[in-house]
Amino acid sequence: MSETTVGAEEIYDEGPLYAAAKKVYPQKVWGTYRRLKWIVLFIALGVYYILPFLRWNRGPNQPTQAVLIDIAHSRFYAFFIELWPQEVYYFTGLLILASLILFLSNALFGRVWCGYACPQTVWTDLFLWVERMIEGDRRDRIKLDEAPWTTEKIMKRVAKHAAWLVIALLTGGAAVLYFMDAPTLVVQMATFQAPTIAYLWAGILTLTTYSLAGHMREQVCLYMCPWPRIQAALTDPDALIVSYRSDRGEPRMSLKEAAKAHAHGDPAGDCIDCMQCVAVCPTGVDIRRGLQLGCIQCGLCIDACDAVMTKVRRPPRLIAYDTDENRDRRKRGENNVYRLARPRTILYAAVIALTGGIMLYALLTRSDMHLSVLHVRAPLFTQTAEGGIRNGYTLRFSNKLGAPTEFGFGVSGLNGATVTSVVAKPAGDGRLAVRLDPDATLEVPVYVTAASAPGKSTPITFTATDAKTGEKSVAVDHFFGP
Amino acid sequence: MITDPVQVDKISGQTTTGHEWDGIRELNTPLPRWWLWLFYLTIAFSVVYWFAYPAWPLFTSYTGGVLGYTNRTRVAEDLAAAQAGRMQQAAGLEKATVDEIARDPKLLELALAQGRAAFGDNCAPCHGSGGQGQKGYPNLTAGRWLWGGSLDQIYATIQHGIRAPDDADTRTSAMPAFGKDGILKPDQIRAVANYVRTIDGLEPEKGVDVAAGKKIFAENCVACHGEDGKGNIEMGSANLTTKVWQYGADIDDLVYTIANARNSTMPAWSNRLDPVTIKSLAIYVHSLGGGQ
Repeated sequence: MSETTVGAEEIYDEGPLYAAAKKVYPQKVWGTYRRLKWIVLFIALGVYYILPFLRWNRGPNQPTQAVLIDIAHSRFYAFFIELWPQEVYYFTGLLILASLILFLSNALFGRVWCGYACPQTVWTDLFLWVERMIEGDRRDRIKLDEAPWTTEKIMKRVAKHAAWLVIALLTGGAAVLYFMDAPTLVVQMATFQAPTIAYLWAGILTLTTYSLAGHMREQVCLYMCPWPRIQAALTDPDALIVSYRSDRGEPRMSLKEAAKAHAHGDPAGDCIDCMQCVAVCPTGVDIRRGLQLGCIQCGLCIDACDAVMTKVRRPPRLIAYDTDENRDRRKRGENNVYRLARPRTILYAAVIALTGGIMLYALLTRSDMHLSVLHVRAPLFTQTAEGGIRNGYTLRFSNKLGAPTEFGFGVSGLNGATVTSVVAKPAGDGRLAVRLDPDATLEVPVYVTAASAPGKSTPITFTATDAKTGEKSVAVDHFFGP
Repeated sequence: MITDPVQVDKISGQTTTGHEWDGIRELNTPLPRWWLWLFYLTIAFSVVYWFAYPAWPLFTSYTGGVLGYTNRTRVAEDLAAAQAGRMQQAAGLEKATVDEIARDPKLLELALAQGRAAFGDNCAPCHGSGGQGQKGYPNLTAGRWLWGGSLDQIYATIQHGIRAPDDADTRTSAMPAFGKDGILKPDQIRAVANYVRTIDGLEPEKGVDVAAGKKIFAENCVACHGEDGKGNIEMGSANLTTKVWQYGADIDDLVYTIANARNSTMPAWSNRLDPVTIKSLAIYVHSLGGGQ
């Protein structure tokens, strides 16, 4: 083995930290899927911007915004639904539902979420459109990148980044509207009277939008997002995915070569290797290499290939939504079969229906009132001057309705027990009563006194009854003695 | 250490730094560039920090920084803001009497919350975190009161204290130290102590003349504690018929109490706390289960 001596410049050249990203210049394309993507984009952005301005009547002194995350009062409003902090488990259900729907859509149509509806895709599409408007299509952009810094280049770059920042600012600005009364906040933000936190979050989301949709783009899908990895584990041969029909396309060759091959009686595929599918791809992958991590299944390569196939007078859909199973079947000379309903998709659908059903049931049958009880720990019990035993409890009543109400409450399970509280008033039937404001909770210190010690620990039950609706809530605790 | 020409290590393929110790050469593993830049950035940051914030100690003081920031003024500002906010809420409590507060649900809620906090800060060391008291310090949850358990009586007691030297209106009375002052003999004290136990339904010691104790009680104690031993809240004399004993009902405790007298004290809180806090405390103490 020879001893190698190297020059100093090689040692101190530290090199790049990691391989530089290959810049992708997606080319303009028009067709069915591009049109579909625009439609989804308009709907998605429309919902995003209009939703905070929708109103919903919840009664006097209640927020009128249809969708509102009220951090200050710890309430979440979505149309007729109002969630309290202790009900955030509904979000768990929602997340489970969302992931199950992703699984189902993946089993049916592959990564439709990635290709059409994901915010990263939607905003990247918008930013790319702006870039194309200002700097031109693929070729112009490559040229502009290589060109020296002329006034024109500087102008174009400034215009592009300014436009991006405006969109980003509108995006970040709209996000905070979900957290406060939107019409008020818009005026406040425009006149610089909004709370600092609103500007802070608008600023943060402006920066993330600008960098994620303007600069990072496909890098987000390739390196940051976990979904491509999950999808790789979830896909199966029956899923309809954007596929290059290699059975029809291979062996790929130019039109001239294909003519030659035909003359010799050799096989020639329909793919003319024009690379248009790669040029239009927003993540820069080659769909002809099959399903891969980088493919977000947006279908733009289908549009590009269809345009080329029409030009060369070959049938369209050389790239199409197809299944791996069908490609293999065609190679064996069998007919296509589409199995959208198969055990896996049926199971997903059933679990979605079950989860959705449980959530809906829980939502519709949830109580508008609640009682919880906490035993006072110091002192655990008191011997009274009269020789009885007294235990202290902290009751918390919740009134989830938009109107004031009165709760009657009492205790059972302890013979001859008297209930007293400085906050509650006698209700007449030996029970006590408290008044609750609309949409509020009330903490009530309560003392239960037994004439004689009933034992070390006796289970007792507090029952609260809504005077208006008759609805009941029960809480169980213990009565302690010496 | 000798310095050799830079070489490539055969096993790792990495270059060496050219440093060698007894034939052992050091691999050249440069710091990642991003790390180095962060490091330079922190140095730059620290220079900015020196000028902006308090940083360098001087002999008698320190460099204050151009922003004029100190933790102490921050705390003072925060406390003042919190106090201002509290006072705004407390305006209703200031005007109302304790009875009015007890009748108004909103004021009551506020007073209970403030009272609980003030109780923890000022009263819990003696009366316990839940007002349960301890030996020598009254239990506020039992319904046995030396100076009265109504809202007004509790309010007055907290305001003026008990035997507080710095308050003219303080609640005061003095039980004689029957033993120390030579009024009763030790066996007489023991007898009366045993009699007091029987008033509360407790067993007397064997071989002690309870009847003699009863006679001594009638001669010396009824003036304050009453013939039936129920005490008198006007003079803070204890009710001897309850199951609740501030200094214990063991015979030794009772003998000590009678021989030396306890005459315990409580500060007059109007000298220490603002009127709103005292009202809140009265409301809170009254709510602890023993209020009358």
